[in-house]
Amino acid sequence: MAHAHASNVKRIWTVFFILSVITIVEVVLGIIRPEWSMAMVIGMKLLNWIFIILTLVKAYYIAWAFMHLEGEKGSFRWSIVLPLIILVPYLAALLLTEGHYIHEVMKQGFVSWDF
Amino acid sequence: MEATVTTATEGKVWGGGNKPLNASYGKMMIWYFILSDALTFSGFLAAYGLTRFKFIDSWPIADEVFNHFPFLHGVDAPMYYVALMTFILIFSSVTMVLAVDAGHQMKKSKVAWYMFFTVIGGLIFLGSQAWEWKNFIQGTYGAVETKGGQILQFVDAGTGERLALSDFAVPGSEAKQGVNANGMSAQVEEAEHIYAVQDIVDGFNTHQNVLLRTERLDEHGHKTLLTREQSAEKLKNAVHVVEGANLIRNEYGNTQFADFFFFITGFHGFHVFTGVVLNVIIFFNVILGTYEKRKSYEMVEKVGLYWHFVDLVWVFVFTFFYLV
Repeated sequence: MAHAHASNVKRIWTVFFILSVITIVEVVLGIIRPEWSMAMVIGMKLLNWIFIILTLVKAYYIAWAFMHLEGEKGSFRWSIVLPLIILVPYLAALLLTEGHYIHEVMKQGFVSWDF
Repeated sequence: MEATVTTATEGKVWGGGNKPLNASYGKMMIWYFILSDALTFSGFLAAYGLTRFKFIDSWPIADEVFNHFPFLHGVDAPMYYVALMTFILIFSSVTMVLAVDAGHQMKKSKVAWYMFFTVIGGLIFLGSQAWEWKNFIQGTYGAVETKGGQILQFVDAGTGERLALSDFAVPGSEAKQGVNANGMSAQVEEAEHIYAVQDIVDGFNTHQNVLLRTERLDEHGHKTLLTREQSAEKLKNAVHVVEGANLIRNEYGNTQFADFFFFITGFHGFHVFTGVVLNVIIFFNVILGTYEKRKSYEMVEKVGLYWHFVDLVWVFVFTFFYLV
């Protein structure tokens, strides 16, 4: 981080504005649930993909601007972010596939769960 | 730390004035703590995802569960309150980063004020979460549970609106039995406000407009509404009356929905609480001039990182619990 100590106030408010707009868009989409967004894309509703992508955009702004990762040395920044980018999708993919499998077994098995 | 550095390695480690990866010791360690904590939360949310995929065709609809807003009784306000909570937390993140910024410029009173606002934001968020929990635990409509653990909810055939138990059933048949059995009045008084399964069946039989709704989601993502005959048949399987939520059963649907709600929002709330405590400590240190004497407000920056992380986690909890 450069130690010029220039004020970042303008950048902070810009990021706040971006985060607010994204949150408002999410809430509006969540309430309306437009018909076009119900289309299935790679095993999930388009709307859910939109929510997840918008969330990652928010996470990027919070980590890079508010937590000031953008000002850290590249090696330090990636020593934090890279483990998450590798491990979290890996864990999520395994568990979601497993959850889907259990669902199929319960649905197609010979045991009735609804009585 | 200085005492351990006595050899020629001086100047190559933190204690010798050098900073590996150009980060101070404390800052690097809070970042690696955040990394491990982020993995913990990822584990919880991934487990939530597994359970949700397991019950993909019967999971409760968040819009129907979280639809309260303060002072708006009986008004269907899906998600407005959680959205407001999200704003409060993001805004307290903004005041926190403004405090860090003021710290870089060594402006003591500005840092103190921004820390103060951050603490207030955190307290409002905690209060809101308590209110959410209260609504969730108390419940709104009530339901019955079948032998197989399925939740059945009640709907008005005319309007299609949800019906509360009190809209059609009268509590207290158990209480009357209680009088006959032992005549203990205190127990009876309590039991007079509690529904027995028989009360619900009686209410259903005397009100022709009552229909049942199962957990199952149809192809449009709505809960399946039964006909009057199907409802009567289904109601025979009822073994519990459920009002509100606990860790064993809840009126919204799947048991694990409430379990994950309590556990994940509870664990996040505990983080917020910890963050508020840390912020208060730092706030007093700022006022006492500790960092002024130290000529560095880096401590504000470090608790700031933790506070932003708490905000970051909420962004994900908000998405996966309330939106998706």
